Amino acid sequence: MSYQLNFGALLDYQDVLLDGLWMTVKLTLISTVLGILLGVLGAAARRHRNAALRHLSKAYVELIRNTPFIVQLFFVFFGLPAIGIKMTAIEAGVLALVINLGAYLTEIIRAGIDATPKGQLEAARTLGLSSRQIFIRIVLPPAFQRVYSAVVSQCIIVMLGSAVVSQISVPELTFAANFIQSRNFLSFESYLVAALFYLILAFLMRLAFNLIGARAFSRKEKTL
Amino acid sequence: MSQFTDWDILRNLLLAARWTVLLSLIAFAGGSIVGLLLTFMRISRRRSLIWVTRIYIEIFQGTPLLMQLFIAFFGLGLLGIDVSAWTAAALALTLFSSAFLSDIWRGCVESLPKGQWEASRCLGLNYLQTMRYIILPQALRIAIPPTVGFSVQIVKGTALASIIGFVELTKAGTMLNNATFEPFKVFALVALIYFLLCYPLSRASQYLEERLNVAGKRA
Repeated sequence: MSYQLNFGALLDYQDVLLDGLWMTVKLTLISTVLGILLGVLGAAARRHRNAALRHLSKAYVELIRNTPFIVQLFFVFFGLPAIGIKMTAIEAGVLALVINLGAYLTEIIRAGIDATPKGQLEAARTLGLSSRQIFIRIVLPPAFQRVYSAVVSQCIIVMLGSAVVSQISVPELTFAANFIQSRNFLSFESYLVAALFYLILAFLMRLAFNLIGARAFSRKEKTL
Repeated sequence: MSQFTDWDILRNLLLAARWTVLLSLIAFAGGSIVGLLLTFMRISRRRSLIWVTRIYIEIFQGTPLLMQLFIAFFGLGLLGIDVSAWTAAALALTLFSSAFLSDIWRGCVESLPKGQWEASRCLGLNYLQTMRYIILPQALRIAIPPTVGFSVQIVKGTALASIIGFVELTKAGTMLNNATFEPFKVFALVALIYFLLCYPLSRASQYLEERLNVAGKRA
């Protein structure tokens, strides 16, 4: 029990840590935006007139939600190049994150869509809106608002999940911590600092989403 | 060098899947015990206890499971405790699941109408009696579907134990991939086995929830 924690030595590697942090932020931003788009598309497919699309969307959701992210990542990074689809580690990481987030958001947004009052659909149809107009203008905005907090939580879970992307050597925060501890053997300190960064990121993400949500949804209510 | 037939790959993966199942069971059992303790702390009326559990849950839900695994693996070593990948994985997954389970269960207890507590007080039941005879039996019923649902997260979480060198399904997959150079086949099979483990649990959770909703509406 004579071990002395030595956080000072990490300062030599602050560039590595900050670069890793920045990469995690970038990965999270890209996969959040694309993941939400995929989630909306998936939810639209799930409630589409075409039965094939509905089944496809359901199979996608069940397949992704019932397998670990790391296996999905390895499948994308190692498995797809074997059948001729080549990509860099970062591309594979983003692709896996987007596919993963998209499946969860499909299910979440679908739940929001299902809660749409029937009268709104009937009214929209009576007004002669096409089914695409109904989905984009009538169904989607309030559905998204209804499930917004679940969407936020899922995006944060995916941000935390991006730590796994270090395993295919994407230089993000966890990779940086791995790198540092392999150099100076201060494993406990490195991982503790990285964990603290994740905690702060999760906090800031929630804050940012709440601000965005407050602006986006309050404006809508004013115009109504 | 020996050649791997498809059957060899599948057989080795299935053998490794036993460890995934065992680790999941341990994490679920351990997580339930610690989680139950945390739930009681959280619904107690002691402010200090409530804060401790809040911070605990915040930490375990706000950091990656992978970080928790690394810290358990390397951190305990610093304290002079020699940890194997097996112990570190079991410990980290237990603490991780306990945070989520206690959060789920607290929600179940708090979802019961306040009148239940007031009625018990009127009948002269004390705190423990109210818990034992009124609150817990009802909360338990509500808690089963989300708890089964969370067990899927535990099974998937065990895949990360492969990174600290615990040989379970995912690790066996990477090892077989290194030996066979057939990543597409190997990881598709790994994913399939996880799916076969998790899908029944997901469906069971959905089914239980639907049944609970029907029963709730009838009452």
